[in-house]
Amino acid sequence: MHAGPIADSIVRIEGLTKRFGAITAVDGVDLEIRRGELFALLGGSGCGKTTLLRMLAGFEVPDGGRIVIDGQDMTGVPPHLRPVNMMFQSYALFPHMDVATNVGYGLRREGVRAPEIATRVAEALEQVKLADHAGRRPAQLSGGQRQRVALARALVKRPKLLLLDEPLAALDRKLREGTRFELVRLQEQLGLTFVMVTHDQEEAMSMATRLAVMNTGRVAQVGTPHEIYERPASRFVADFIGIANILEADGGWLALRPEKITLSANRPDAANTVAGKILDIAYEGDRSLYRIVTEGNGTMVVSTTNIDRTQPASFARGQRVWLGWSADAGHRVSE
Amino acid sequence: MRYAIALPFLWLAVFFLLPFALVLAIALGTNAPDVAPPVELGFSLKNFALLFSDDLYVAAWLSSLRIAATSTLIALLLGYPMAYAIARARPERRPLLLMLVVLPFWTSFLIRIYAWMGLLAKNGLIDQFLRWSGIAENPGSILGTEWAVHLGIVYAYLPFMVLPLYATLEKLDTSLLEAAADLGARPLTAFLTITLPLSLPGIVAGCLLVFIPSIGEFVIPDLLGGTETLMIGKVLWDEFFTNADWPLASAVAICLLVLLVAPIALFQRQQARSLERRT
Amino acid sequence: MNGRARFAFTALAFGYAFLYLPIVLVIVYSFNESRLVTVWAGFSTKWWQALFANEAMLDAAWLSLRIALVSATAAAAIGLAAGYALARAPFFFGRTLFGSLVIAPMVMPEVVMGISMLLLFVGSEQVFGGPDRGFLTIALAHTTFSIAFVAIVVQARLADFDRSLEEAAMDLGATPWVTFRTVTLPLIAPAVGSGWLLAFTLSLDDLILTQFVAGAQSQTLPMRVYSSVRLGVDPQINVLATIIVCVAACALILSGWLTRRKV
Repeated sequence: MHAGPIADSIVRIEGLTKRFGAITAVDGVDLEIRRGELFALLGGSGCGKTTLLRMLAGFEVPDGGRIVIDGQDMTGVPPHLRPVNMMFQSYALFPHMDVATNVGYGLRREGVRAPEIATRVAEALEQVKLADHAGRRPAQLSGGQRQRVALARALVKRPKLLLLDEPLAALDRKLREGTRFELVRLQEQLGLTFVMVTHDQEEAMSMATRLAVMNTGRVAQVGTPHEIYERPASRFVADFIGIANILEADGGWLALRPEKITLSANRPDAANTVAGKILDIAYEGDRSLYRIVTEGNGTMVVSTTNIDRTQPASFARGQRVWLGWSADAGHRVSE
Repeated sequence: MRYAIALPFLWLAVFFLLPFALVLAIALGTNAPDVAPPVELGFSLKNFALLFSDDLYVAAWLSSLRIAATSTLIALLLGYPMAYAIARARPERRPLLLMLVVLPFWTSFLIRIYAWMGLLAKNGLIDQFLRWSGIAENPGSILGTEWAVHLGIVYAYLPFMVLPLYATLEKLDTSLLEAAADLGARPLTAFLTITLPLSLPGIVAGCLLVFIPSIGEFVIPDLLGGTETLMIGKVLWDEFFTNADWPLASAVAICLLVLLVAPIALFQRQQARSLERRT
Repeated sequence: MNGRARFAFTALAFGYAFLYLPIVLVIVYSFNESRLVTVWAGFSTKWWQALFANEAMLDAAWLSLRIALVSATAAAAIGLAAGYALARAPFFFGRTLFGSLVIAPMVMPEVVMGISMLLLFVGSEQVFGGPDRGFLTIALAHTTFSIAFVAIVVQARLADFDRSLEEAAMDLGATPWVTFRTVTLPLIAPAVGSGWLLAFTLSLDDLILTQFVAGAQSQTLPMRVYSSVRLGVDPQINVLATIIVCVAACALILSGWLTRRKV
């Protein structure tokens, strides 16, 4: 889905720290974001991802470390002088201005001439498919339309960096999926760098070129979605992204995804096998998740794809089964 | 932002703080009727000594407290059912009902008190009604009594009681009362154990908003009260305008403030707290 | 009607009757033929004619209006600054003092404020030889006392205000001042407007503070009304009351419309 990353950094974050009273929200973060990529900051609530984004925009002043954007040190630069723009989670559309005035707001601040503002606003609204809503007030728009106005308002300034704070959180589920593709399409088409904050791993995995998983103010791992899923660096990352069975192996830990395990009635011919009894089954439509009490590895989760429409499940609750996985199915993780 | 702080700060320092320093300085001076302004600066506590030794001032102080406290209580008993009824009215009717409570406040204070003068006077409508209905044979004038002062205070400050009460009662989640009923509480028990405790902040705010201005009230005791109604605001006024004793009037002002330190501090703390909840 | 509804109805009926009967009677008796407020002697508009021929009363009303206009405008400006600082300024030295100072005039007994402001003006006369007591001193006093009311209204509005709107403006390149002018101010304008209206009404209505600082030459409307009312009931005052009630009702409807209007 993505072109390969271009190894040219546009943002360099060095030892960035932010404390609120006794709480350290961001704790010595180092990061490099490359030109033209869609970078996601992923983590649970309170992990520091939003604070990090707000420091990029200039709304929070770091207690330590620095941010360099396109070679320019941002220390002491107020928000209105930074070459970045933000799409707010609440969209923050000015309720007393119509759509075109909202989108043109940033250009007027730059002192762009009126005719050029009109052209660029029209162009931006065209890009987000809202050309015929230019005269409406935000209150007269649907949630999805407001989201697109907020996007147009940030894009029209042609920022070096577009920050998106939970861009899809306020949309309903159906709309969210379509909008995901739309955002990625715009980002690739315009060749801009996006930095997106999200708590939704599915969103981050499907959209991002690369992502950083954050935990308690620190970056737990940076990598492509594939690297994060298949080669998690730590137990935390393995657990946070998808489902992982954490097994003890050779005095270390092994993360094993449920779909890498096969389930069979008889002992399979695999590098690793273990017997167990099915504790319960969660039917999810496309797949079924089995929780199995194994002999020696504790409770493990195994998933099977439901290929056969007529057969709801291949195994029954309480049934004794065998689990098998290949030698390279698991990935060694740190504590 | 610097100017947003500096402008009000400077204004209030010059027109609010500095004047208080002057009141304190004058209160320590002596009355000098032969010069203009009639004050001789100095450092003497004799004005304060006089306030505490003369029965008139002590009595005025105490009766101000008493009248303000009783009036506040009456206003609470009258205002609570009103606020409760408005908060439970259909949402589309509430703005109108509230506006009707606030409207008198936007008309002239003086004229609202004046309205009662005609009603309470001898041969006034209330007098006539009492005689006609046989409740009292010869009630005479209510005007000029402490009754009239109480009535005036309750009348003038009732909106201040209803508004904060309404604000807390309106926010009260009705499902709490349903939960109480579901758990076996009768309506009165539910009111006493749920509604009343939860509306306590409104009660405190409303009572302070009535009590604080009533203490220093001048117009109401002057127009509705009689010679025997002593209130400290009126004493201050008379010392200043009738006796032209500026130092003594300043001392009375300081004593009046001392009386109000506790309720004002309470009020400010509540304001700060309610603001914290909002932000 | 069930028991609860009946109780609510009684409470409201009694409460509103208490609030409005005296006012209604004042209005009715402004059309009374007789001078006595206790006796109805037939319909007449003679007191209305008398009031509009009463030069002293009209002069006083004109003075009061001018003072109210000036002091409400000044109080709106300073109160806006104070409310903005209280709601938006991060911690600064003396913040608690600042907050108390802003609210204090609201809870201060008027007689105390009156005497203290008079002493200030007398003092400044001694030291600087001015200002003369009259229009200016009354306007200064009214402004000081109204700032608190505007500040509270503005602060409350700002506390409900979505701060990301201001951040969005700055993010799009607006300096703090431009942000205030193009985003914050237009959105809190209704609150500033109703604060102004409140200050205007308070100034128009104030007696005690004015009596202290007015000096010998100036007579505002409440001062005139007070000296007339002290001598007893006067139907011209009933007429004035009727006018004031009508104007207040209109102003309140306007202010309600301003604050409730969705932007």
